[in-house]
Amino acid sequence: MKSNSLRVVINAESYDLKCSAKLTDALSLWQSHCGEVEHFACAINGEFVPRSTYTTTKLNDGDCIDIVRPVGGG
Amino acid sequence: MSHIKTLAKDSLTLYGQSFQSRFLLGTALYDSPQQMLDSVSASGAEILTLGLRRQNPENGDGERFWQMIRSTGCTLLPNTAGCKSAKEAINLALMSREIFNTNWIKLEVIGDDYNLQPDPFQLLEAAQELIAQDFCVLPYCTDDLILCQRLREAGCQVLMPWGAPIGTGRGLLNRYALKSIRERFDCPLIIDAGLGSPSQACDAMELGFDAVLLNTAVAKARDPILMASSFKGAINAGRDAYRAGLMQQRQTASPSTPTIGQPFWHQHTNT
Repeated sequence: MKSNSLRVVINAESYDLKCSAKLTDALSLWQSHCGEVEHFACAINGEFVPRSTYTTTKLNDGDCIDIVRPVGGG
Repeated sequence: MSHIKTLAKDSLTLYGQSFQSRFLLGTALYDSPQQMLDSVSASGAEILTLGLRRQNPENGDGERFWQMIRSTGCTLLPNTAGCKSAKEAINLALMSREIFNTNWIKLEVIGDDYNLQPDPFQLLEAAQELIAQDFCVLPYCTDDLILCQRLREAGCQVLMPWGAPIGTGRGLLNRYALKSIRERFDCPLIIDAGLGSPSQACDAMELGFDAVLLNTAVAKARDPILMASSFKGAINAGRDAYRAGLMQQRQTASPSTPTIGQPFWHQHTNT
């Protein structure tokens, strides 16, 4: 990993981003790898992050991002 | 006429919202999305449970599932299945509220991997926090009377005690505890989990429970659509029986046909 970058884990897979990256950058990178998603919600290190703050939420090296989507449930 | 009126008034009210169906159905474990939709239709359910999971777009079919669920027009009841702490459940509930645009949450906090028994302490803590954040909490709980009291005090307007552990299909394992809860609480009570057959659902309704929530018993039936219809009938039958009032059980037999005027009576007494 370069010194001016940070590494985050999104749904158990590692991604490298710029040090200044925000959550919205991580989500864009994730979608560029996995495909576009419309309905999802997000948490960083187990804490819910409201959609309205995606563009302002800073990331730290080692952050663990969970992206969840609707599934069948009982 | 009055009989028809009585039937029409028998709606289920949860957090101020009225429903005609007393059957809450889960949306997991079906062989196909279409089978799930057909089962929902056959069940008459107006409330569907669903969950949130990590899912990359190339794996699974989240968007299609979501569109299909929305097409039912049913009220959505997201769950916090799999959470093992209050913190996990609270955060998943917040994620659910954002995605599903509802403040209803089926609150599950599991305390044991073997029987998926709710953790009463974490459940109560999560319920208190979520109610403070304006959620309508429907807690999946055990049949423990004190836990139910605490959940009511926390502000839960609905309680959902288990009949038996999730997915076991064993019916109402602790009738004494469940009857006690029914007698002690006048809030809506929904039997959630553990029901395997329509007769068990009917049993729960005859005891006075207000509704039934299940998933596996329908989804894993050989014919889920027919089973959904069967549960619907059983739940309605049990509800009607409860409202009609069951007869008292007796130890000794009592003939239903009048004994006065019984022919040949003298012949028996003379022998």
